Amino acid sequence: MTVLVIAEHDNTSIKVATQNAVTAAIACGGDVHVLVAGHNAGGAAQAAAQIAGVAKVIHADAQGLAHSLAENVAAQILAIASSYSHILFPATASGKNVAPRVAAKLDVAQISDITKVVSPDTFERPIYAGNAIATVQSSDAVKVITVRTTGFDAAAATGGSAAVEAAAEAAGAGKSSYVGSEIAKSDRPELTAAKIIVSGGRALGSKEKFDEVITPLADKLGAAIGASRAAVDAGYAPNDLQVGQTGKIVAPQLYIAAGISGAIQHLAGMKDSKVIVAINKDPEAPIFSVADYGLEADLFAALPEFAKTI
Amino acid sequence: MKILVCVKRVVDYNVKVRVKSDNTGVDIANVKMSMNPFDEIAVEEAVRLKEKGLVTEVIAVSCGVTQCQETLRTAMAIGADRAILVETPADLDLQPLAVAKILKALVDKEQPGLVILGKQAIDDDANQTGQMLAALADLPQATFASKVELAADKVSVTREIDGGLETLSLSLPAVITTDLRLNEPRYVTLPNIMKAKKKQLDTVKPEDLGVDVAPRLKTLKVTEPAKRGAGVKVADVAALVEKLKNEAKVI
Repeated sequence: MTVLVIAEHDNTSIKVATQNAVTAAIACGGDVHVLVAGHNAGGAAQAAAQIAGVAKVIHADAQGLAHSLAENVAAQILAIASSYSHILFPATASGKNVAPRVAAKLDVAQISDITKVVSPDTFERPIYAGNAIATVQSSDAVKVITVRTTGFDAAAATGGSAAVEAAAEAAGAGKSSYVGSEIAKSDRPELTAAKIIVSGGRALGSKEKFDEVITPLADKLGAAIGASRAAVDAGYAPNDLQVGQTGKIVAPQLYIAAGISGAIQHLAGMKDSKVIVAINKDPEAPIFSVADYGLEADLFAALPEFAKTI
Repeated sequence: MKILVCVKRVVDYNVKVRVKSDNTGVDIANVKMSMNPFDEIAVEEAVRLKEKGLVTEVIAVSCGVTQCQETLRTAMAIGADRAILVETPADLDLQPLAVAKILKALVDKEQPGLVILGKQAIDDDANQTGQMLAALADLPQATFASKVELAADKVSVTREIDGGLETLSLSLPAVITTDLRLNEPRYVTLPNIMKAKKKQLDTVKPEDLGVDVAPRLKTLKVTEPAKRGAGVKVADVAALVEKLKNEAKVI
């Protein structure tokens, strides 16, 4: 039994989500191989070989893999899939895009967002916005899985010494092409990997106010910034900061929810945080029911004071 | 060009679901059901493309029990021209791979230029069906779409990815799944609800399409998530900072 992990990377380095997936792969049992598919991604392949617990790195380097198009990446995975009992992807935008395509081509079910490996064929996953946990068993020959990264600790980035093997290029279908991208530049820790997150909601009232009160506190704490759907839809914060069922799923050490009422869909994205702080004017806000520390206060006074005190 | 748009009947997003006491599933008897929110966005987008004159017909499809007809009527009230229900027994656990196979059979039959689905259903939270359909039908895919620009033989799609946005160009036919910010679905009006009742709704069975819908994953049990311990309210910012520093030790 051998488990394949599909690496999430930026060509030069491996994203932490890959290390979380490696931990889940080790829990499935057997040898763990990592596929690094990309263009000029030698650096990422070298980094993957250092991850503790990885037995082999397969490096597929081709122009067609440059932008992780689902069609091309899936073809590359399918070319080697027959050697594996499990194929694991981090449940990131990229993993979710490719995994079901691979599963359907193999004619197997895909298991989304697992939070626990019970046994090599049985897994736990949240359903209904995290309001229920389903334990599912797969009888398929190959288990194609996406791994909820907050459900597993990251495997150590060093300590491994896997061999790197080059894979032959698999031809893509050529029916899709990459046009361009707009990546938000940020010096902050990545939202899904941050230890502390300061998150703002609709109560901030405007983009200016959001930046004025959320940013200084986040700077002071070295925290990532998150937002509720209401704040994103109102234009206070960019889309990729949305925390919730349909946005990012986070589980930091400390989550500070400021001016967020706590709708089911938002809680689904953050309720596994270690410590939750709610700052809200409304004593009836549902967020107080999950908060370890609740402060009933006007956030425009409380957040600057918070930033000043620490 | 025809568009096929796929809709699912799910527990309304405002309902807080309860796990059954025998742990066999979630209790959905007597709770409000609605169209999956991402599918409303998919129908809206298809109808907007028709209103721009780029599309000739919008066909809504749903798979599941008889009551999915209501969901299809809603899609037709938004502006879909006709609907197909692929009816399955109430006790069947219909999973994404089976739905993708049904949709593949319908794509073969109807030959749409574009298929639009929601990115995920809010009940099983799978986020698989669109990608699986694209794989089975050998079509290019653009998931998590926040902008769609349709031309004669190509579609340009802006996608929400981790860290920002990405734009792809796909040759048609293609499969698109919608993200929240693609559009704001319109409210259905009473006259349109009345008109939708007269539109064509065909019912077929998976067997008619030659599709095996047997579930591949077995649900062993469904349980409540772990409850969080009760928290405390603090009086002021100073007390909060003190607690975070000394009690929780997180800052």
